[in-house]
Amino acid sequence: MSALTETTMPETTLSADAVLFETLLRVGDSALILGHRVSEWCGHAPTLEEDIAQANVALDLIGQATLWLGLAAEVEGAGRDADALAFRRDAGGFRNLLLAEQPNRDFAVTVMRQFLFDAWHAELLAGLAASTDPRVAEIAAKARKEVAYHLDRSETLVIGLGDGTPESHARMQAALTRLWPFTGEPFRGDATDAAAAEAGIAPDPAALEPGWRARVEAVLAEATLTLPDTARFRSGGRSGVHGEALGLLLAEMQFLQRAYPDATW
Amino acid sequence: MYAQMVTSEGGKARDEMTPEECAFQDRIDRGERIEPKDWMPEGYRKTLIRQIGQHAHSEVVGQLPEGNWITRAPTLERKQILLAKVQDEAGHGLYLYSAAETLGVSRDELTEMLLAGKMKYSSIFNYPTLTWADIGAVGWLVDGAAIMNQVPLQRTSYGPYARAMVRICKEESFHQRQGYSIMMTMARGTADQKAMAQDALNRFWYPSLMMFGPSDKDSVHSAQSMAWKIKINTNDELRQKFVDQTVPQARFLGLEIPDPDLVWNEEKGGYDFSQPDWSEFYEVLKGNGPCNAERMEARIEAWEDGAWVREGLMAHAEKRAAAHAAE
Ligand SMILES: [Fe+2]
Ligand SMILES: [Fe+2]
Ligand SMILES: [Fe+2]
Repeated sequence: MSALTETTMPETTLSADAVLFETLLRVGDSALILGHRVSEWCGHAPTLEEDIAQANVALDLIGQATLWLGLAAEVEGAGRDADALAFRRDAGGFRNLLLAEQPNRDFAVTVMRQFLFDAWHAELLAGLAASTDPRVAEIAAKARKEVAYHLDRSETLVIGLGDGTPESHARMQAALTRLWPFTGEPFRGDATDAAAAEAGIAPDPAALEPGWRARVEAVLAEATLTLPDTARFRSGGRSGVHGEALGLLLAEMQFLQRAYPDATW
Repeated sequence: MYAQMVTSEGGKARDEMTPEECAFQDRIDRGERIEPKDWMPEGYRKTLIRQIGQHAHSEVVGQLPEGNWITRAPTLERKQILLAKVQDEAGHGLYLYSAAETLGVSRDELTEMLLAGKMKYSSIFNYPTLTWADIGAVGWLVDGAAIMNQVPLQRTSYGPYARAMVRICKEESFHQRQGYSIMMTMARGTADQKAMAQDALNRFWYPSLMMFGPSDKDSVHSAQSMAWKIKINTNDELRQKFVDQTVPQARFLGLEIPDPDLVWNEEKGGYDFSQPDWSEFYEVLKGNGPCNAERMEARIEAWEDGAWVREGLMAHAEKRAAAHAAE
């Protein structure tokens, strides 16, 4: 299937397996792409402790992506594996949230992106842990423990830096403003999501919003940061329409598999 | 090694030593561990700070050449293994800075000396990682050479340093194995992969031999460090051991060591081999290696760009403490 048809295939034709496959890509791709972004910090973080912590988060997310994409490949049954899905799809085939692909820029954007993501991720995984598909529930149960720790950490950093010095406060506020438009997408469902929720495979995206919102408001208040009043408008990632940054990320990530297609590593 | 050409202070003959210095040397000779609160000669303390600091800096800077390939690792599994490895190296840096702190120097002070060019890190990390096979070569050869040096240091006289080495050595053997596994896959792979593996060995062989430092059999600094048991073997001994261990591994991979004069010497029970170009080594130490500027630039940038983060978190902790005290 080409990336183009993956993007434009009418949702109404999706079979149960296709719904599951699509749902797994959405979860797995967000973990993979954010994990990649976080791994870019390796050796460049503000403290040695952060070098270690960032590597740890990246490692967890890429590990989760490996499980989600492995299951996706199994469900698809087309002879692909997790690596084929990660390294041989073009941008249009990726289903990650736009939030996950946003470039690191400074540490403030990195930390804020992580927090906004973790708060959603924790809600999502709680729902997936109750999935009617035991394979999904099993991966979610494992990932949930890791993400609880990610959220704990990103929350602490958002509060510490938001309510730190005037400079750290200003940077965190700017990061929040920059990322806020991308925070509506995780909760905007489509026909695939409706089918997945109907089958009890995954929670309805909209149902995750109140929990996310409560958490975000509480933490941002403690961080003395102001909620932007801009629209949470940007979306497209979950149906394969991404920003320019994703193509560059993939060019880097997929380089070896693309340049040496016959090699095993 | 990770600590190369450490200048040792002291070097007194026994009849020039004070009674305290004599008693200290006797403790070391009896194989006792020196702990932070124990009396120690100033020279011992200063030499150790230099050595442990250089070692810590090497772990931290050592993240960079391997970090260079994390985002391009060819499979999800290789990516995770490499991330875990580089994360370990940062952890090694932490253990070692903590060991140095017991000698009365803070991590920030050591970092500032590194960034000001007043302290060094291992020459090896000034070489670039140009292909994925280089990640294999670094794990196999560089971590392999580090293990040669660090295993004996588990018995070093200074307690906190020895204990840091015990923790570090446990992880280093995993590092070497993952490197060798990459080399194995590449050497048995396509023609392109095999060529990359040979090229990586060609470029990393002599820089790896340089890691042990120039011959120090006549060095007074090394003699003093050995008397204090903060250096256990001579550079030549370790280099010989490394070559003897590595040559059969290379042959098993079907790769050739880039040394036409490499030959087994039955009499000494080891290989005769060519020395690296020591003038290159001194140039790299002076800052003229292929990646010195980039490595330092990356560390300075991380430190300077991270200042607002460290200050922000500190300010927050102070606010918290003040609020807590007011309650
Ligand atoms: Fe290390
Ligand atoms: Fe190392
Ligand atoms: Fe290592």
